[in-house]
Amino acid sequence: MSFLLFVEQLLNGLQFGVMLFLTAAGLTLVFGVMGLINLAHGSLIMVGAFAAATVSAATGSYLLAIAASIVGAAAAGAIIEMLVIRRLYKRDHLDQVLATFALILIFSEGTRYVFGSFPLYLNIPPYLAGPVTLPGGIEYPLYRLTIIVVGLLIAAGLFLLIARTRIGIQIRAGESDREMIAALGVDISRLYTLVFALGAGLAGLAGAMIGAIQSVQVGMGEPILILAFVVIVIGGIGSIKGALIGSILVGVTDTMGGILLPAFFRLFMDNSAAMSTGSALATMSIYILMALVLILKPSGLYGGKA
Amino acid sequence: MKIKMLMAAASTAILAATAAQAEKVKVGMITTLSGGGASLGIAIRDGFMLAVKQSGNDNIEVIIEDDQRKPEIAVQLADKMIQSEKVDVLTGIVWSNLAMAVVPATTAQGKFYLSPNAGPSALAGKGCHPNYFNVAWQNDNLHEAAGAYASSAGLKNSFILAPNYPAGQDALAGYKRTYGGEIAGELFTKLGQTDYASELAQIRASGADSVFFFLPGGMGISFLKQYADSGIDLPLVGPAFSFDQDILQAVGDAALGVHNTSQWNKDLDNAANAGFVEAFVAEYGRLPSLYASQGYDTANLLLSAMAKADVADQDAFRDALRAADFASVRGDFTFGSNQHPVQDIYVRQVIKEGDVYTNKLVGAALENHADAYVGDCKM
Repeated sequence: MSFLLFVEQLLNGLQFGVMLFLTAAGLTLVFGVMGLINLAHGSLIMVGAFAAATVSAATGSYLLAIAASIVGAAAAGAIIEMLVIRRLYKRDHLDQVLATFALILIFSEGTRYVFGSFPLYLNIPPYLAGPVTLPGGIEYPLYRLTIIVVGLLIAAGLFLLIARTRIGIQIRAGESDREMIAALGVDISRLYTLVFALGAGLAGLAGAMIGAIQSVQVGMGEPILILAFVVIVIGGIGSIKGALIGSILVGVTDTMGGILLPAFFRLFMDNSAAMSTGSALATMSIYILMALVLILKPSGLYGGKA
Repeated sequence: MKIKMLMAAASTAILAATAAQAEKVKVGMITTLSGGGASLGIAIRDGFMLAVKQSGNDNIEVIIEDDQRKPEIAVQLADKMIQSEKVDVLTGIVWSNLAMAVVPATTAQGKFYLSPNAGPSALAGKGCHPNYFNVAWQNDNLHEAAGAYASSAGLKNSFILAPNYPAGQDALAGYKRTYGGEIAGELFTKLGQTDYASELAQIRASGADSVFFFLPGGMGISFLKQYADSGIDLPLVGPAFSFDQDILQAVGDAALGVHNTSQWNKDLDNAANAGFVEAFVAEYGRLPSLYASQGYDTANLLLSAMAKADVADQDAFRDALRAADFASVRGDFTFGSNQHPVQDIYVRQVIKEGDVYTNKLVGAALENHADAYVGDCKM
């Protein structure tokens, strides 16, 4: 395997990881701060992508589309938090899973009712289209590089928000003792709505960004959701830093496994057998990674006490 | 959407009202109406129901259910339709892995199955059955045509990829059967995969002179957009499944100019097709896809058999189906001895007509083409 292919795959892994992070960040905050398992997080990705596709079709502006995805998904998040999710904080996880699964069905069918079943069009803006040549002669799509940069900037921003601002202090306090912070006069239910909307907005942004290179269709968020749960288990529940490290680990493992394992088996097997064994193992690799992390650190890489 | 649902409800009501008549044929349609593959199932349903409506035949009752592209749900629906609804004919399944789960059990229970899409090789060869008819194609067919086209276009070193499920394996086997050149690389992707960055990197590194891909529905949209953005400048070849009318608008410019193979196109010159395209546009307000044409042909085949024989007399009904005495939108249409189509397959090219992306015919790839498994079928 050539060096160029290796580096390109590494970038692909990083890009995949960054996308996962945008989804996992919201999920881990909601899980960590409110103790809520939100299966409907994938639907918020879809809401963001559909909002972006609609605005892009109406205005032709990609930046407006991105803004619409964040605002649309955050608004949808705030509304479901106030109408449904709020009633679930004190319930056990089974009730939460049932209710948020119902939300998936409502979002999917609602979207189908409004937009129909055919995929929508959302494309990369001309100024981000096409490949760029990186040092070393690697050709890489500019759009994917942009995703990596935007994702890392958002990670840095979130980190500052949680560690350095007043609202961040409240979020962290809410995570460790919700009665105490309520007693200190923080409006806890407003805080929860805010955190939920923040996570939803990030998921919406992820939806708009991947919508431009994939297809904008009903149910597009669900496959990402499963991996996002793996990420927060690896990273440690409630930790933004853990979500970032976990996302990149999962992204790189998944992408590199898909190419290195078949290449490895090709050393002593014929091509088609190596391909099938290698890719079968590659799909397992992230779960093996998760198992290893849990054996060594049962509460995840950066998790508090389990 | 709303109007369509009202019409569907109204037609169901009309059908229900006439349920008392004799010699009714009850059809169970199990197809994918939700999730990522929904556009395919909806096209099949719309094509089928258009033909039923045009016929004005009151003796056909269609029960439509959504399989969500899940084999276990398709099996439950089939059991329900056969055992409690007592249907005579099943149809509708889009995906080969679902067809493999449903068709053998259906035919074993003495019901007819008319496939408007999936044509897995296992059901064309050793697993063929007198009650199983495929109206679309055997899975390999369009890929064989793509291989023949690639050879004739002088492509010598193809990189090939398809999802890892029965139709994907059939696809690569079909392409290799007729393609004369070298294979630069061969990949199976996950069914439903949406990010092809890793595959594109391998294509770039492989030194291929062309790319053959079979990625139906949303998978094809993702692949084509990412391919266009990757800067890889190799000719693409594929079957019509990634270039059908319903997804081209979501792909946009990324598909323009690509050659793809199909047994049907909207500009195919015959009276039945011209009537179909016009009626479909009038009814649904969009151009039909090849899936819709297959649904339409399936319904017309069934209606032609109903005109000749009573479904209760299975042997007579089977002979009537075998005769395929209907005006297909593909022009000439006959069944081979394994009850799969023998038909011409064409090369099309993606073009833009005004604001609409669509295909035009550019030539024939294979003529009077049967499938490779007909010899294995003892029937």
